[in-house]
Amino acid sequence: MTALLLLPLLLPLVAPALARRTARRLAPAPALWVLTLAALALAGGSLTALGALVLTGLLKVPAFASLGELVHPLRTPWDAVAVPSAAAAAGLLAVGGWTLTRSAVRQARGLRAAHTEAARRPAAGDLCIVDSPRPDAYALPGRPGRVVITTAMIRSLDAAEREVLFAHERAHNTYRHHYFLAAAELAAHCHPALRPVRDAIRYAAERMADEAAAATVGDRRLTARAIARAALASSAHRSGRPAVVPAATAGPVPRRVAALLTGPPPRRHRVTPWIALLLAACATASVGATATGMADLHHEVEVAQGEIAR
Amino acid sequence: MTNAKDERRPAGELEAGVLAVLWAAGTPLTPAEVQAALPHDPARTTVTTTLARLHDKGIAGRRRQGRGYAYFPVQDAPGLTALRMHSELERDADRETVLARFVAHLSPDDERLLRDLLDAEEQ
Repeated sequence: MTALLLLPLLLPLVAPALARRTARRLAPAPALWVLTLAALALAGGSLTALGALVLTGLLKVPAFASLGELVHPLRTPWDAVAVPSAAAAAGLLAVGGWTLTRSAVRQARGLRAAHTEAARRPAAGDLCIVDSPRPDAYALPGRPGRVVITTAMIRSLDAAEREVLFAHERAHNTYRHHYFLAAAELAAHCHPALRPVRDAIRYAAERMADEAAAATVGDRRLTARAIARAALASSAHRSGRPAVVPAATAGPVPRRVAALLTGPPPRRHRVTPWIALLLAACATASVGATATGMADLHHEVEVAQGEIAR
Repeated sequence: MTNAKDERRPAGELEAGVLAVLWAAGTPLTPAEVQAALPHDPARTTVTTTLARLHDKGIAGRRRQGRGYAYFPVQDAPGLTALRMHSELERDADRETVLARFVAHLSPDDERLLRDLLDAEEQ
């Protein structure tokens, strides 16, 4: 039964395909929740499983076995490879921990710089304008949340399109999307297969803000146009940089624009939650397998400690 | 003329909209010109009050024009600091993970797709 602990390491492999479909077919708000919760569950399961692998490997080493007061050898289904797999798991945990720390430090630095920048100017409402030749705009989380926009971006859009941008960024702050994005980032560092899930979460957050903006300005086409023009303006500014490899599929921005242009979400969404259910089932299976596997491991350790009979 | 939606609009949002209009213009604007540039048609008095408030906060400057004032955005004195902070932000590509950006970068294919979508939209 301890073999169940391998399941949480394998389940994330099916998550990317499910996540992409969930982000595409489900309405943005439920998609964001399902994706984030699933990513956290899968990440937690995979971390616990790796930890359990390390622990079993250690308990196979006599010095640690005596430290753990084991009187019998610990029995696992993977006895022959327990120590090498523990070493591999420890390596994966170390790599994940390192990249996560690096990302956390960078993000903290970025946020601090953005906050310093915003705090230097008196606010006009929640707006912070940065005089810069680079078209850029983002939501700055905090209390109160701010909308940061560069002068170049302001000049790339007309007044109605700017209202779209403000409404979009305010939606990010209102719905506290930075927590979802941080969770996505965390999960992506726990298992490589969760990286596409992080992208799906980002996409769902953007789609949700797009829909909120479209509702605020009351015009889906205007919203689509604002996003497209802002994207093209920032892209034109970056044209001096090396071109990125052409993607086989459309990137997130054209998909967002197309989603707005195709009109409000049709009724077919009643059918599609199957995908979301599948993803949720996957996450639940991971949590279940982890819990059962851990309970079983605990039992095996107690047996090895001679506390209970087999 | 003021529509119902505009009366519910928080003062902060109007301030933001007005400041954006000032920055977009590039030349000083009178309250009438600001009002004309705003998409949701706020009352002239509201615009005038908002501009006066921005002036009080030191975000907007003004100069006499005719019987009233024309307003312009104030560059903060140590503008270089802002620029440096901004390039520091730019360096960390990772920030887009918590700082939800309006638009992510585009691949050449994305650019073509977007232009096609915009063209189709205009026809």
